[in-house]
Amino acid sequence: MSDKDKKVLITGNEVIAEAAIRAGCRFYAGYPITPQNELTAYMSRHMPEAGGVFIQAESELAAISMVFGAACVGERALTSSSSPGISLKQEGISYLAGCRLPAVIVNMSRGGPGLGNIAPGQADYFQSTRGGGHGDYRTIVLAPNCGQEFFDLTRLAFDLADEYRMPVLILGDGVLGQMAEPVKLKPGIKYEPAHQKKEWALTGNKTGKPKIIRSLYLGQGVLEKHNLELKKLYDKIEQEDVRSESFYVDDSEVVLVAFGISSRICKKVMQEARKEGVKVGMIRPITLWPYPYEIISRAAAKKVKFLVVEMNMGQMIEDVKLAVGGKAEVHFYGRTGGEMPQEKDIMEKIKQVIK
Amino acid sequence: MYKKIICAGFGGQGIMVMGKLLARAAMDEKKEVVWMPSYGAEVRGGTAHSKVVISDTQIASGLFLKPDDCIIMNRPSFLKFENLVAKGGTVIINSSLINDELKREDVKVIRIPATETAGELGNSKVANMVALGAYQGVSGLVSLNSLCDALKLVLPLHRHGLIDINIQALKKGAELVNECSS
Amino acid sequence: MKEIYKKSNILTDAITHYCPGCGHGIIHNLVCEVVEELGIMEKTIAIAPVGCAVLAYDYWKFDTTEAAHGRPLAVATGIKRARPELIVFTYQGDGDLAAIGTAETVHAANRGENVTVIFVNNGVYGMTGGQMAPTTLLSQKTATCINGRNAKRDGYPLKVSEMLAVLDGVCYIERTSVHNPGAVIKTKKAIKKAFQNQIEKKGFSMVEVISQCPTYWGLSPVEAVEKIEKDIIKKVPLGVIKDV
Repeated sequence: MSDKDKKVLITGNEVIAEAAIRAGCRFYAGYPITPQNELTAYMSRHMPEAGGVFIQAESELAAISMVFGAACVGERALTSSSSPGISLKQEGISYLAGCRLPAVIVNMSRGGPGLGNIAPGQADYFQSTRGGGHGDYRTIVLAPNCGQEFFDLTRLAFDLADEYRMPVLILGDGVLGQMAEPVKLKPGIKYEPAHQKKEWALTGNKTGKPKIIRSLYLGQGVLEKHNLELKKLYDKIEQEDVRSESFYVDDSEVVLVAFGISSRICKKVMQEARKEGVKVGMIRPITLWPYPYEIISRAAAKKVKFLVVEMNMGQMIEDVKLAVGGKAEVHFYGRTGGEMPQEKDIMEKIKQVIK
Repeated sequence: MYKKIICAGFGGQGIMVMGKLLARAAMDEKKEVVWMPSYGAEVRGGTAHSKVVISDTQIASGLFLKPDDCIIMNRPSFLKFENLVAKGGTVIINSSLINDELKREDVKVIRIPATETAGELGNSKVANMVALGAYQGVSGLVSLNSLCDALKLVLPLHRHGLIDINIQALKKGAELVNECSS
Repeated sequence: MKEIYKKSNILTDAITHYCPGCGHGIIHNLVCEVVEELGIMEKTIAIAPVGCAVLAYDYWKFDTTEAAHGRPLAVATGIKRARPELIVFTYQGDGDLAAIGTAETVHAANRGENVTVIFVNNGVYGMTGGQMAPTTLLSQKTATCINGRNAKRDGYPLKVSEMLAVLDGVCYIERTSVHNPGAVIKTKKAIKKAFQNQIEKKGFSMVEVISQCPTYWGLSPVEAVEKIEKDIIKKVPLGVIKDV
């Protein structure tokens, strides 16, 4: 086996950290919370080796603001947490969005609301896809479903964040974060101090013309103009950066729609169902924002029935219904409170839907 | 082949490493694998388990409740998993710490004095490897060589001084099974 | 004619939104003068707070970022750790530094972050309409303690500088004021030292500047500076609190 094809057995949390460093990220600030602690621990060991900065912050609020600071001077910066901690980070995420600063935020989500539990959850879908904090903004949301995708999408997250100058969220869950799978670690990019390519990054005023990073726009119509600039950006992203994966959509009676860990359970169900001759397909959104409305809408036109499977009480189903626009039946199967959908229960639901 | 295995015991027995070593060895034999630690604010002394899936083909979810095979290192884990093992499965029981009989006819039970054997080898902490060696011996799921080779990839650097005794323990476990079954 | 006062070149020509008699303008100018004299303009990054000085970047020519309310020292930490060669300072009011940002302040100080903090303390939330601040003095009247701060209901004025001084990461803290020319000169000296400490990589340095807020103290500008002289600095004494 050549070195090129070599894989490592690594957890989702750790592979994100490794991928970030290989993507040129040289700043990490975080605060302990289960189930993402392996990511922080990995960074504490490996970021200094890469010549980068690791800080265990005093809070999530501080961690995201430290990332904001590093982003101001052009550094590729990362923070990670799990649901309750992400709620706290929303302040900083809103400021990053308003200030047009790139950063990557990882949410290994768990059961909620409140302290909830530390089992895997997908209940942060609304929070993730609707901006999350205060104000009129979006973040790109990437939802990997395996170790390899964690690696690949982490690098993509940094590239998208820099390209669009905005925060990008990676949404996983407790299972994906703690599970180890074989992953091919692709070589890193050559690290170049990112600020040299970012003409907006603060360097100290050397030209007489100061650079200002701000989200405060007072005066009639000024903020609206700024927000409409953001809207233009978001429209472009919705045009160009939708990612999804589809199976048998053209030859299905029922199409499952699921993301992250649920999509893996659904894929298994789909395979078993097809063995039994039940025509089941699947659409897996990889970007939760921008959402693959169009691909779902096209499937809806073929009169398939949709079954949305989530680990919450029904959140992504609202996007599926938006895409379907009343043209097809949309059903739901979900587990909440950190519980996982079981294959047989999904199968049973499929049979009910077909009837 | 699609095999679901649970390694269970108490925190500090090397339960995570046991599963990870098995997964790593299978991966190096070109199998698809998933390894998953148990959750919980589980610490030294509490029950812990790790799950491993080994498959010839791509693993869709890797999640399961009922294992095909189980390696059980202490009594609380025995009580938790004895009835979950699938029919026709194999159960390795650390008889040093578990006196109970598994009252099932539909699974293959191998009782191994893993903790005592490890103590005889000079370090009771390698009981996990004795049990894993036994599982290797009975299942043949991966080769003993692959397990031994994977140790350096799974154990952290500061534990590499213990690789030799871990290898001895794996081999001893496999031998014990052969003695039991012959 | 001998020029005895001029505006720093680092200040812009914008007309500030500060009220007549406010101390912010003086303190802005002092920071700019110090940076100019130290010759570090080209590598200085400012962090503007949320509070009366929220628009500071309109009034000075530093490369500047805003920070969420209370978070300037976390942002400063991110900047300074990522680019240690830059000179980083925060400009914060009492609400920002000592109420909503207490955790960020204490921990940046405790980590010994090598940054400079200009802490403008006027004992009141000016931007939001004169509410009680953590540093509001006992019996001082504000919009949210109209009969005067009452310890039983509102707690005591927070002794931020004294609190921070006990932390091992802190290298220099001085409390000064800008209520008369002598005080202004002392403040400038203190600010200069706080920047010099950063250049020499000595660690966390903070100057607490007692500043006048005639508007929300309900006084004329002259009465406000008299209040500092006769009342405030008796209760909150000026001077070096820590210098190691």
